[in-house]
Amino acid sequence: MTIRWVELIVFALLFALVTGLGFYAARWKSVGALNHLDEWGLGGRRFGSWITWFLIGGDLYTAYTFVAVPALMFGAGAMGFFALPYTVLVYPLVFLPLVRLWSVSRVHGYVTPADFVAGRYGSDTLALLVAITGIVATMPYIALQLAGLEAVLRTMGLNGSGLAGHLPLFVAFVILALYTYQSGLRAPALIAFVKDTLIYLVIIAAVVILPAKLGGWGSIFDAADAKFNATRTPSDGILLGANNQLQYVTLALGSALALFLYPHAVTGALASRSRNVIKRNMVALPAYSLLLGLLALLGYAAIAAHTKPIVNAATGRPDSNTVIPMLFEGQFSSWFAGIAFAAIGIGALVPAAIMSIAAANLWTRNIYKSYLRRDATTEQECKQAKIASLVVKFGAVAFIVFIDPQYAIDLQLIGGVIILQTLPMVAIALYTRWFHVWGLVAGWVAGMGWGLVLLNGIPNPASGKQHFGGSALALNKLSIVGWHPFAGSPMQIYVGFVALIGNLVVAVVVTIVLRRLRVFNGTDETTPADYHEDEGSPRLHPASTLLR
Amino acid sequence: MSRWNVLLLVPLLVLVTPVFNLDEPRMFGFPAFYWVQFLFIPLGVACVAVVYLKTGDRR
Repeated sequence: MTIRWVELIVFALLFALVTGLGFYAARWKSVGALNHLDEWGLGGRRFGSWITWFLIGGDLYTAYTFVAVPALMFGAGAMGFFALPYTVLVYPLVFLPLVRLWSVSRVHGYVTPADFVAGRYGSDTLALLVAITGIVATMPYIALQLAGLEAVLRTMGLNGSGLAGHLPLFVAFVILALYTYQSGLRAPALIAFVKDTLIYLVIIAAVVILPAKLGGWGSIFDAADAKFNATRTPSDGILLGANNQLQYVTLALGSALALFLYPHAVTGALASRSRNVIKRNMVALPAYSLLLGLLALLGYAAIAAHTKPIVNAATGRPDSNTVIPMLFEGQFSSWFAGIAFAAIGIGALVPAAIMSIAAANLWTRNIYKSYLRRDATTEQECKQAKIASLVVKFGAVAFIVFIDPQYAIDLQLIGGVIILQTLPMVAIALYTRWFHVWGLVAGWVAGMGWGLVLLNGIPNPASGKQHFGGSALALNKLSIVGWHPFAGSPMQIYVGFVALIGNLVVAVVVTIVLRRLRVFNGTDETTPADYHEDEGSPRLHPASTLLR
Repeated sequence: MSRWNVLLLVPLLVLVTPVFNLDEPRMFGFPAFYWVQFLFIPLGVACVAVVYLKTGDRR
């Protein structure tokens, strides 16, 4: 194995820069009390439009997106482009619900989506389900950031085998863990500036330089077309086939609906100063979608450039996540490749930090404080969250070290399917309390169970796995307790979408029955006006305004 | 609820893939499947921006 020194030195310098920023962030825009969860876990709840744009952008467009979406285009073609319509749809869809969530959270001092559910239904049980779902769905997501970071480290030559091969990743993560512990949400917010500047620089350069080198976009698409036509697989190609259009559409829509159910996305939104900050960001965030779409197409550029992924020395198999790093390595000068690698690597740190903070907030608010120590002081809460953020991060490292990264990707798919099952409890509850609390619980159990059963039945011929091989379900395999309503259809659909429909049907039926029986439906501590309060209102929760 | 909010549903048209799942006509070398979806980004921004500007946030 040869170390690429120039790349490694550029990477190390930029990594040192963001480490410095990470520790400095504790004092940035701070007014003292960092031992309050609003300060550590939500950055004081006063981020303006620009910081929020970088923070949410850094949160949603992750290293994994930058590495895996192009890798999917490289391997499967048009299907991988679902990421573009997904990010087109998400902002118009969440525009209205997200400001409602912001207002009600500021009036009642909610830190997590599960806090809202607890207040809306007066049920710690329902909140516990939302919290557990959030934590379980977030863990593999953090692990995937690490997979992106490791792909870059291995491309630079740090491709050791066995446990020692993971050492560079471990070192990077200890540093990240330390400054997140110290600075909380301010660290990723500050680092996100560097991350996005680097990413934009790299992408603009890539989009200008690569087509020029490879004979223009037309010939890049033609090269991809020729590659997919040469394979026997009918599902790949630069256009969608007859069988995967439904999968494309449902995956894009399902992912858009799921995105702001993830705790880290909610954390980014709740940290903003006002409703207008969120609204302006819903207008401005699609700038990243443009970036994402162009990046995705680099997967085709890699085909045209005959890029080969490197073999991961820890698993002994080619790692498709290294396609984009290898493309940069082959087409850029060494120092610029180093900048590109740093962009991807730092792009892993920002979301990993926010995700671990969000998971820690869930643990602290909805498990520790609700079940273990009801009388915890704000200082104890904050201490608990800091420790939980460490535990979550090392859990994610364990994922990467002890499980093949390929399985981490499958776990992420499962994460998307299960987080979608909290949609009725969180998103629909923002508008109506029509659903009965036990109807929601029953729907969650049904959606979760059915989703996992269906996922378990999906094989992946490419990796030779029999179960959990992806999220595309052939309709003829769709079974409702043994009944196959679409027998014989080769069309595919996104499992998360199917499970969500099952969830909603069960929730509706159980709700109707329980309403007839007049079963107690919990108490609602929110009022209709709470969903419209804005910055400056005297009704905002004192804890979150006290420090201003 | 303002009537302007209906605009937020317009970007859902990006899901009607059979209409533009085509190679030709190409634009700057991009097959129609790709440039049409890219065009939905400014369209989505425009819809959300209009709703933001037209709907005051006071109760």
